[in-house]
Amino acid sequence: MSAAKGRPAKAAGKRLNIGAVRSSFAPWNDPAAVPLVRFEGVSKRFGDHTAVNDVSLDIYPGEFFALLGPSGCGKTTLMRMLAGFETPDAGRITLGGEDLAGIPPHRRPVNMMFQSYALFPHLSVEQNVAFGLKQEGMPKAEIAARVVEMLDLVKLKPFARRKPDQLSGGQKQRVALARAIARKPKMLLLDEPLGALDKKLREETQFELMDLQVELGMTFLIVTHDQEEAMVMADRIALMREGEIAQIGRPEEVYETPANRYVAEFLGDVNLFEAKVSAIEHPMARLAAAEATDGFYVLDDDCPPAGSAVSLAVRPEKMRISLDPPPAGTHNVLTGEIWDIGYTGDWTNYIVELPGERLIRVARANASRFVDRPIGWDDKVWVTFDADAGVVLEQ
Amino acid sequence: MRRGPSPFNLVSMTVGFAFLYLPILLLVIWSFNASKLVTVWGGFSTKWYGTLFQNDQLMAAAWVTIRVGLISATLATVLGTLAAVALTRHGAFRGRTLFSGMSYAPLVMPEVIMGLSLLLLFVALGIDRGILTVTLAHTTLTMAYVTVVVQSRLATFDRSLEEAAQDLGATPTRAFWQVTLPNILPAVLAGWMLAFTLSLDDLVIASFTSGPGSTTLPMRIYSQVRLGVSPEINAVCTLLIGAVTIGVICWSIGMKWRERTATPA
Repeated sequence: MSAAKGRPAKAAGKRLNIGAVRSSFAPWNDPAAVPLVRFEGVSKRFGDHTAVNDVSLDIYPGEFFALLGPSGCGKTTLMRMLAGFETPDAGRITLGGEDLAGIPPHRRPVNMMFQSYALFPHLSVEQNVAFGLKQEGMPKAEIAARVVEMLDLVKLKPFARRKPDQLSGGQKQRVALARAIARKPKMLLLDEPLGALDKKLREETQFELMDLQVELGMTFLIVTHDQEEAMVMADRIALMREGEIAQIGRPEEVYETPANRYVAEFLGDVNLFEAKVSAIEHPMARLAAAEATDGFYVLDDDCPPAGSAVSLAVRPEKMRISLDPPPAGTHNVLTGEIWDIGYTGDWTNYIVELPGERLIRVARANASRFVDRPIGWDDKVWVTFDADAGVVLEQ
Repeated sequence: MRRGPSPFNLVSMTVGFAFLYLPILLLVIWSFNASKLVTVWGGFSTKWYGTLFQNDQLMAAAWVTIRVGLISATLATVLGTLAAVALTRHGAFRGRTLFSGMSYAPLVMPEVIMGLSLLLLFVALGIDRGILTVTLAHTTLTMAYVTVVVQSRLATFDRSLEEAAQDLGATPTRAFWQVTLPNILPAVLAGWMLAFTLSLDDLVIASFTSGPGSTTLPMRIYSQVRLGVSPEINAVCTLLIGAVTIGVICWSIGMKWRERTATPA
């Protein structure tokens, strides 16, 4: 299976955000589109702890939606409320227009893939997959056919008669997946589905899950703490923090235009500069900051009026590093000394110390194998970035 | 380097096992004694086993004991398992600590007190003492043991298996029958065995709660021994030991076999 199969071609032409997966698919921008699942003002408390606080969220048919956040942010609780294992204290959850309140888990048309996989140890692989179909009272011949179809789909046919503890981690994950989709639910819930797999397998499985989702035309809701997983697979991400939603958007939206400092810092690395808006010269804005003697010169998108205190967020990979000073008149120039170097093969991360013991991070893709003179420890360097590289965040 | 157990270990093991099994071994040996005198060896014979089966009183008592054991162990297993499920699965309900403490009480309650209180209850309710009352009393006694065994298994049982079953469309009841029970079955069976064994050798509670025609084997043995130990008693005890041993052996073979089929090929 290749990642591109079944996916619309990347949109070309006008200047777009980087990323742009399935850019023709955006029901959330269509006022006529009807969401499959609606969370409306949902809250859940456990004793004194508020796990989910007044969350409203729409998930559209055919969407691959990710709930992303650190552990304890309420993402799993939100999913378990949809599956029926927790009851909201306030608010409403509807699925296909039907209020789910009072409907027990076994009567909800969603299926869940558990973090621990929760395979039935006393049943073989095929019996595990058949379990949900038997509950429906499906005729035996039909069950057998569906089980074969599902095991084919996850490439586990030769293992049909094995017990779960005779399988590897990756195979268990596939059985759990086959079992959860066997009933062809309206929606598949995946709780940290790749958490137990090693890195290589995890990457492969990410693409397989994406293909599978398109192939089945099923709506997927995934809960994960792994930002890469969410970014790669999801159409939209809801980034959660302490029971609330910090931002919802496409992966490239939340990464490139974070709504606040929390989102900017949670997703990837970021350099934050405390600054003050000194002048708006539409479409540009000038910011005064301690790190830059000439100030910063950036796009004035969403920039508050002159005099406001802001943070300028610039990702390390959007900065350039050089041993030579940039030509005169270049904006956004920082000077400093190399503090530390982290070489990861594909990237090199430079930690640069600016005057005043301020450290920033600059990442450079190692696009060529050789350079005239490598940047070394204690070298004096110039760091620059483009006017559209940073995002102005209100404080 | 020294191999095998040290002299100290060897001695303590020998002494320990002798302490445990010497009396039993003696009893088995004496059951094959040809002499009618219990303490004089008169040569090897199996005649006491023959006369045993003609001793109607002993046979009747054995039959009572087996019936009481089977029924009370089964009842105790059902009730004890339900109690264990309620204690582990229903979260922190009001009075849970009290309930769990109370369900364990028979483990530490002196049997004399239990027997007496059961007797008072049966008298107050006007139930004639007989097989029914002994069975009920043994159920009360052994249920707590089943609860302890099953509860320890349930505590380590992955709760998400039940959730997965419900998620796949099984009602909570069906999830219990199709997923929980098959997985805790070894513990449930162990609980049943324990209950059966306890019922088999209980003397105190049976003495309080039995009536005419419901004398159990331990009661019969005890009353006969007071009149003097007959070689028949040795024979019946040997048979009991044999039955228990076979049961234990079958059980461990079964467990080994389960383990082997569960490990990766």
